[in-house]
Amino acid sequence: MNISADSVLIAENISKSFDGNRIIDNVSIYLKKGEIVSLLGQSGVGKSTLFNVLSGLYMPDSGKVLSNGDDITGKPGKISYMLQKDLLLPYKNVLDNTALPLIIKGEKKKVAREKASALFDKFGLGGCEKKYPSQLSGGMRQRAALLRTYLSSQGIALLDEPFSALDTLTKSAMHKWYLDVMSEIELATVFITHDIDEAILLSDRIYIMTGKPGQITTEIEIKEKKPRKENFNLTEEFLNYKRMIVEKLL
Amino acid sequence: MTKKLQSITEKISPALALVAIAAVWAAISGFELVPSYMLPSPVSVARAFVEDFPLLMEHAATTLTEAGIGLAIGIILAFITASLMDRFKLLYNAVYPLMIITQTIPTVAIAPILIMWMGFDMAPKIALIVLTTFFPITVGLLDGYASVDADAVSLLRSMGAGRLRIFFTVKIPSALSHFFAGLKISASYAIVGGVIAEWLGGFEGLGVYMTRVRKAYQFDKMFAVILLIIIISLLLMLAVSLIRKAVMPWERKGVLKK
Repeated sequence: MNISADSVLIAENISKSFDGNRIIDNVSIYLKKGEIVSLLGQSGVGKSTLFNVLSGLYMPDSGKVLSNGDDITGKPGKISYMLQKDLLLPYKNVLDNTALPLIIKGEKKKVAREKASALFDKFGLGGCEKKYPSQLSGGMRQRAALLRTYLSSQGIALLDEPFSALDTLTKSAMHKWYLDVMSEIELATVFITHDIDEAILLSDRIYIMTGKPGQITTEIEIKEKKPRKENFNLTEEFLNYKRMIVEKLL
Repeated sequence: MTKKLQSITEKISPALALVAIAAVWAAISGFELVPSYMLPSPVSVARAFVEDFPLLMEHAATTLTEAGIGLAIGIILAFITASLMDRFKLLYNAVYPLMIITQTIPTVAIAPILIMWMGFDMAPKIALIVLTTFFPITVGLLDGYASVDADAVSLLRSMGAGRLRIFFTVKIPSALSHFFAGLKISASYAIVGGVIAEWLGGFEGLGVYMTRVRKAYQFDKMFAVILLIIIISLLLMLAVSLIRKAVMPWERKGVLKK
């Protein structure tokens, strides 16, 4: 494994068991500045467990998590984590939802709101500040959740299947939006998916996780430059990547 | 348009049912199917209500004061108990069965004991109201705390939030709707609890008025005071709904969207 010097996040030899069942075994990954890396694997392979370890919510049985050189194993609050559900609080308007991580970090309410609202247009959320989450569509809610994730991050985010609950058309619009936003902000991201196309389309690198207990068995670099061309997903290269991944996944 | 019509019909039907019952009642007493000293006509009940209105209001003020104080203490106690029980599992396990048992003790049995302990003033009435209102609110809050989305708690933890922050940001707001459901029940319990305690001993209050007119066989006044208790209970429940709407504006807007 080529852990390079400019890694912002490194997980070394992570293992975690629950009730004597080993869920993930000796997993090591790294993430470079501004990079998008996806974690691909079947349901139940331990992807979410790995995320819970990376975010500091779970203490691993062995292994270490390092962020910019600091040991953050078992310390939440350092890496932002966006779960599958958008988890916008229904009783706060969108602005207060997105400003929440800043307030938790100790910012004054007013300052936090200003910082959050400055990013609304960039995230395609302009005009939604005073709305409640229940008044937004699924896609817009994910945008708000991603903005909140970005605001709670110090440059590193974990996204657990952020687009899986959306319908196909919304999903592909969201992919485009996501790449646009990511090209403008600096956010090194690991995201979980079991959608192979999504992984190839969005990532710079892909980790494939298989087995029981789950292990990282393959690492694939997607060499296509960003911004990627409109019909990248229809090219021969894309299909080659897909073929390779399908083979490794099974 | 049809929707509006539908909503009007929905609102009118309970009113019509009420009118029908009153009509049957008026007919029964009008044709003297039941002697009028036993079942007064709606008209004489209304007359009694109007004639005794100042006196009724005086007694109502006492009962309402007791209910207000009792309910306030009940809410505070319930909030503290439920929050501690949610925080400490051991306490929950220890206290919850006891709470259930206290609910099986009949109010009419415990009220005279309270009066013997605390005298004929407001204290035993307030104590009884606290006992009856405490439970629904506590259970409501406990259910509310338990209904919190575990993922939302994880999310806040991943942002670095501590236990207190999570409690105020996620747990309390999620528990609000359960709390108000409990409060709505408790509001009507508070009045009934107060009246029962006053029945068994006291100098003023709707329960005292009730025992007095009962002893004088003034059925029309008996019915008038029942009517007043119904009205007060309904108004209190309405007040709870209004407060709920004011405190939880997101519920309203959510409904608007649908």
